[in-house]
Amino acid sequence: MILLNLCLALPAAAFLLLLLVPRSRPGWSRWSALAASLVIFAVSLALLAEFDGSNGGFQLETNIPWISAPSIRYHVGVDGMSLWLVLLTTFLTPVAVLISWRHIAARVKEFYAFLLLLELGLIGVFVALDLFLFYVFWEVSLVPMYFLIGIWGHERRIYAAVKFFLYTMAGSVLMLAAMIYLYNLAGTFDYGLLMADLVSGRMQLGARQESLLFLAFFVAFAIKVPLVPFHTWLPDAHVEAPTAGSVILASVMLKMGCYGLIRFCLPLFPTASRGNAPWIVLLAIVGIIYGALVAMVQPNMKKLVAYSSVSHLGFVVLGVFSFTQLGLDGAVYQMLNHGISTGALFMLVGYMYERRHSLEISAYGGVATPAPMLASVFMITSLASLGLPSLNNFVGEFLVLQGAAQANFTWAVFAAIGVILSACYLLWLYQRTFLGEASDEVKSHMFDLVPREWAATLPMIVLMVWMGVAAQTFLPSIGAANARILDRMQQGVVMDVKNTMPARGTEVARAR
Amino acid sequence: MLHLWLIPAFPLAGFLANGLVGRRASKAAVNLIAIGSVVLSLLWVLKTLAALGPLEHTHIERYFTWFQSGDLRVGFDLAVDRLTAVMLLVVTSVGLLIHIYAIGYMSHEGGYYRFFAYFNLFMFFMLLLVMAANFLLMFVGWEGVGLCSYLLIGFYFLRHSATTAGNKAFIVNRIGDYGFTLAVFLIFLGFGSLDFETVFAAAAGRPVETSAGALTLIGLLLLAGAAGKSAQIPLYVWLPDAMEGPTPVSALIHAATMVTAGVYMIARCAPLYTRAPLALDVVALVGLATAVLAAIIGLAQTDIKKVFAYSTVSQLGYMFLGLGSGAYSAGIFHLVTHAFFKALLFLGAGSVIHALSGEQDLRRMGGLRKHTPVTFVTILCAAVAIAGVPPFSGFHSKDAILLAAHHHAPWMYWAGVATAGLTAFYVFRAVFLAFFGTYRGPHHPHESPAVMTLPLAALALLSLAGGYFNVPRWLEPMFPPAEGAHDALLVYISVAAAAAGISLAWLMYVARPGLADRLAGRLGWLYRLVYNKFFVDEIYDRALVRPCVEGSSAVLWRGVDAGLIDGAVNQVGMKARDAGSVLRLIQSGSIRSYAAWVLWGSVLALAALVLSRGAR
Amino acid sequence: MTGVPLSWFLILSAVLFSLGVAGFLIRRSVLTVFMSIELMLNAVNLSFVAFSYQLKQVNGHLFTFFVMVVAAAEAALGLAIILAVFRNRGTLQVDEVNSMKN
Repeated sequence: MILLNLCLALPAAAFLLLLLVPRSRPGWSRWSALAASLVIFAVSLALLAEFDGSNGGFQLETNIPWISAPSIRYHVGVDGMSLWLVLLTTFLTPVAVLISWRHIAARVKEFYAFLLLLELGLIGVFVALDLFLFYVFWEVSLVPMYFLIGIWGHERRIYAAVKFFLYTMAGSVLMLAAMIYLYNLAGTFDYGLLMADLVSGRMQLGARQESLLFLAFFVAFAIKVPLVPFHTWLPDAHVEAPTAGSVILASVMLKMGCYGLIRFCLPLFPTASRGNAPWIVLLAIVGIIYGALVAMVQPNMKKLVAYSSVSHLGFVVLGVFSFTQLGLDGAVYQMLNHGISTGALFMLVGYMYERRHSLEISAYGGVATPAPMLASVFMITSLASLGLPSLNNFVGEFLVLQGAAQANFTWAVFAAIGVILSACYLLWLYQRTFLGEASDEVKSHMFDLVPREWAATLPMIVLMVWMGVAAQTFLPSIGAANARILDRMQQGVVMDVKNTMPARGTEVARAR
Repeated sequence: MLHLWLIPAFPLAGFLANGLVGRRASKAAVNLIAIGSVVLSLLWVLKTLAALGPLEHTHIERYFTWFQSGDLRVGFDLAVDRLTAVMLLVVTSVGLLIHIYAIGYMSHEGGYYRFFAYFNLFMFFMLLLVMAANFLLMFVGWEGVGLCSYLLIGFYFLRHSATTAGNKAFIVNRIGDYGFTLAVFLIFLGFGSLDFETVFAAAAGRPVETSAGALTLIGLLLLAGAAGKSAQIPLYVWLPDAMEGPTPVSALIHAATMVTAGVYMIARCAPLYTRAPLALDVVALVGLATAVLAAIIGLAQTDIKKVFAYSTVSQLGYMFLGLGSGAYSAGIFHLVTHAFFKALLFLGAGSVIHALSGEQDLRRMGGLRKHTPVTFVTILCAAVAIAGVPPFSGFHSKDAILLAAHHHAPWMYWAGVATAGLTAFYVFRAVFLAFFGTYRGPHHPHESPAVMTLPLAALALLSLAGGYFNVPRWLEPMFPPAEGAHDALLVYISVAAAAAGISLAWLMYVARPGLADRLAGRLGWLYRLVYNKFFVDEIYDRALVRPCVEGSSAVLWRGVDAGLIDGAVNQVGMKARDAGSVLRLIQSGSIRSYAAWVLWGSVLALAALVLSRGAR
Repeated sequence: MTGVPLSWFLILSAVLFSLGVAGFLIRRSVLTVFMSIELMLNAVNLSFVAFSYQLKQVNGHLFTFFVMVVAAAEAALGLAIILAVFRNRGTLQVDEVNSMKN
C-alpha cells in the first residue's frame, strides 16, 4: 500500500529535485534522472511481491479524502490490468532517460524534469480510482508531453504539439462533462462507489443517458487510442517528437485510451457498450487494415511506425469490444506487447536518426553492413511487431483474434488481414533500410550500438522473448481482472430488463 | 519422461552459441557447434525411438503452459507418434548430411557463422513443427521455418533480388498462414481445444460431411496454409525465386524439409480431412494442377536450380495428389523419398555451381561428366529415382500415389502419368545439358571436395534404396490403408511414360542437339509463354501488388488521411482562427470603444428590462 | 428637504451621469475624460444618498464613502499617470496614446 503511494510520490519528488539541479551541470540532471527512474522502477517491481495475482479486484488501495465539497478522494489502487501498465511505465522511463542521453543537448534539466512529471501523470492515470483524480492525472500527463514535443521536437514541432494538445483536450472536455454529470447523479466521483451503485441498481441510467455518457467517455479514449478516424494527430506527434517522447507516447500514452475503455466505458455503461460495439468494431477493423496499408507507403520511418501503431491498437479495441475473456485478455496483453515492441522500434529509429540525421527511408539502405548488431536487433523487433510466434505480439494478437472469432467469425476474417500486411510493411522497411549495398554516406555515418544503447535495448529484447514464451507470467492476473469486468457486463445485461428511466437530473441521495 | 525437448533444444543451443559468439569464433568451432548440435539431435531421436519401440500409442510429454485465457489453454507439449518418427528421422538425417555438405560449399563465403546459426535455428523450428502436440505450437514451428527461409533466401543481403525474394517468400507464406490461423480459430470454436489429441478424438465422433460444413471449411483453410508453405497453386510463386539463397538452403529448406511441412500438416489432420471429402477433393485437384503446371514450366527453364525448383513444386503437387486421393501414407512416402533425391539433386547442382564458380545457366555447362565424375554419378542416381525408374526410390512412392489416384478418379491417374513423363524429360534434359556434350562455359571445372561429395554419395544410396523403407506399412495404424488392388498394368504405363520422357530428352539433347532449339523456334509463342512461367508473377504484380501499394499511397494516404481527415481537422482549426480574427475586431484596444460597447450594452439591457416589465 | 421627491434626485443623477458618459465618449483630452469619470461617480453617489435617505437605511451612505475613497485613490493614481504620459508623449489627446496597440 505504501509502495503504490511511493510510485506516485517518488516521480513528483524527483521532478521537484531535478528543478533544483544547477542548469550548468547537464550531467547531473542525466544521472539523477536515471537514478530516480531506476529507483521508481525498483519500487514498482516490489509491488509484484505484495500483489495477489489470483484476485481480480483492486489491491494495495489508499482511500483518503482530498477535497470535501465536491467530494473528491485520493483513491488509488491497482488490479491485474493496471499493475502491468504501471510497471510498463516505470520500466520505460529509465529507458527513455538512457536514449535521450546524447540526443537531448539543450535544456537538459527541463527535459528530464518533464519526463519525470510525465511518469507521474501516467502512473496516476493507471492507479486513480476516483474519476476526478483520474481526470487530473490525465491532464497532468498531457502538459509535459506537450512541452516535450513543442520544445525538443523537430521542424514542425509547434504544429504537432498544438494538434496533439487540442485533439486530446477536445476529447477530455467531453469526458469531464460526463464525469460531472455522473457526480450530479451519484454524489460521488469514486469509481468503487459508482460501480456499487450501478450494480445494486441504486443508480439507474436511462438508455439515452447511458448512451450519451458512454459516447462522451468513448470519444476521449478513442482519440487517445487512437481509433480511426481520430488518429491524424498521432503521425504528426510522433514524427516531430524527440525519440524519448515517441517511445513514451506510443508505449504508454496510447494505452491510457485503451485502459480507459476497459476501466470505465465497459463496466460503467455495459448496455451502451454492447449497443455501440458493432460500429466501434467496424472502426477498429478499418483501423487495422487502413493503418497497415497507409504505413506501407510511408517514406518516413517514424510515420511508418506511427501508422503501424494505429493498426496494432485496432487489435486492442477489437479485443475489448469482443466482450470475451480471450479478447479482453488479448487486448490487455497486446497493450503491453505494443508498448515493448513498438517502443523498441521507435527507439531504434531514434538511434538511426542520431547517426544519420534523417528519418527518410531513402536516406538509408545497407545499414546492416556498417551496423550488424543494430540490424539484428531491428530484425528481432520487427519480427516481434509483425507477430512472429514465440515473440510477444503473437500471443496478444492470437487471443484478440480468437476472442473476436468467438464473438463473430467475420470480424476475425477481416482483422487477420492486418497480420499479413504487418509483414509487408515491416519487411519492406527492413529491406530498404538495412539490406542492400551501403552508400558512402551510410557507411561514414552509421556505426554499431554503443554500450549505453545496449543497456536500453537489451531489456526490451529480453522482454520480447520472455513475453512471447512465458506469457503465463502476465496472463493469470490480467485474466482475473478481466473476468470481473466481464461479470459486470453480464450483470448489465440482466439489469436491462428491470431498468426504468429515472427523471432527468435526479439526484440520488447518498447515505455517505 | 524421455526428454523429447532435447531434440529441438540442441539445434537451438547451437543457434544461440553461433549467433552470439560465432563472429569471433574460428570456422572449426562454428562447424563443431553447428554439426555437433544436429548430430546430438539425431542421436537423441534414435535413442528416443529405440526407447519407444513400435509406438503403438502417441507418446506425449507436457512441459509448461504457454498461455491460458478463459477455456483456452495452449501448452508447450511435444508428442511422438509414427508419423512424427518418420519426419524426425528424415529431418535430422537429411539435415545432418546437408549441414556437412554446407561446410564445403560455404567455405569461401562471408557470414559463415551467420549461415550456420540460421541453419541450426531452422532445424530447431522444423523439429518443433513435427513434434508439436497442438496446433498453435505447430504454428510456432511453421512460422519459424518460414522466418529461417526468409533469412536464408536473403542470405546474400547485398543483392536486391535476394532480399526481394526473401520478402516475397515470407509474405506469400503469410497469406497462406492467414488461412491457417482462421482454421485454428474455427477449430477452437468447434472443438474447444487446440490439442491434436482432443480435436482429433472429437472429430472422429462426427459424421462424414456430405456437403460443405465446418470441417470442410477448416480443411480448405488449412489447405491455404499448406499451399503457402508447400508452394501449391496459387501460392507457389515464391519457391522458384527462393533459389536466390545458397544452394544448401535450397536443398534443406526448399526441397527436403520445410516445403513438405504442408504435406505433413495435412497428413497430421487426416482425421479432419477424412470427414471432409470435399476439402480432400480440393487438395487432390490443387495438387494435380500444381504438378502439371510446374512440370510444364520446368521444361523450358535454363537455370539449373530453377529447373529443380519447379520440379520441387511439381513433386509437392504429387504429394498433395496422394493426400487428396486419401492415400496419406503414400503422400508421406513420397515426401521421404523426395527428401532424398531432391536434396541430392540440389546438392549435386550446388556441386556443379561450385565447380563452375557460380555459373547456374545450363546453356553454359555441358560435358561435365568428365570433370566432375562423382557429382555426375550421384546426380544420375537422383535423376533415375525422381523419374520413377524401377526399382529406385521414386518409383515406389510415385507408384503408390498413382495407384491411389486411379482408385480416386482415373483421369487423375492419367494426368499424373503425363506429369511423370514430363518430370523424367525435364530432369534428364538438365542432366544431359549439364553433363553430356561439350563444355560451353569459360570456367575451369573441378570436382568438389570430399566434405561435399560424401554427403552426395550417402544421399545417392538413400535415393536408390529409399524405396525399400516401407513407410506405408509403418504408417498403417495411423491412416486407413489405401484402397485399390495393385494393378500391374497401371505400373507398366507409368514406367513407360518415364522411359518415354528420358528417351525424348536423350533424343533432343544428346542425339540431335539442335532439335530442341528448332522446336522452340517452331512453337514461338508457346515457348515464350512457358519460358516466362505463364506470366503469373507479372499478373500478380499488376493485379494485386501494385493496386495495393499505389492505392494505399494515392487514395488512402494522400486522399483519405491527409486530404479528408486531416484536411477536415485543419479546416476546423482554420475556421476557428477565422472566427477569432473577426471577433478580434471588437478588441480594438481603444478604451473609448469599449466604453461605447458598455453603454450600448447597458442601454440594451435596460431596454429589455423595461420592455419585459411592460409586457407583463 | 421635505417636499423634494425622490424622482428629482434621480433625474438630476441621471442627467449628471449622462453628461459624464457623453464627456467620456466625446472629449479627447485625458484630463476631461478623467473629470467625466468623476462626474459619473458623483452622479451615482447622489442616487445612493437619495435612496439611503428615502429608505432610511445606512447602506447607501456606506457605499458613497467607499466610492469617494476609491475616487480619491483613482484621482491620485490617475493624475500621476496622466502627468507621466504627458512627460513622455508631450500630449494629452487619448487617440494619440496608442503605442501598445498592435
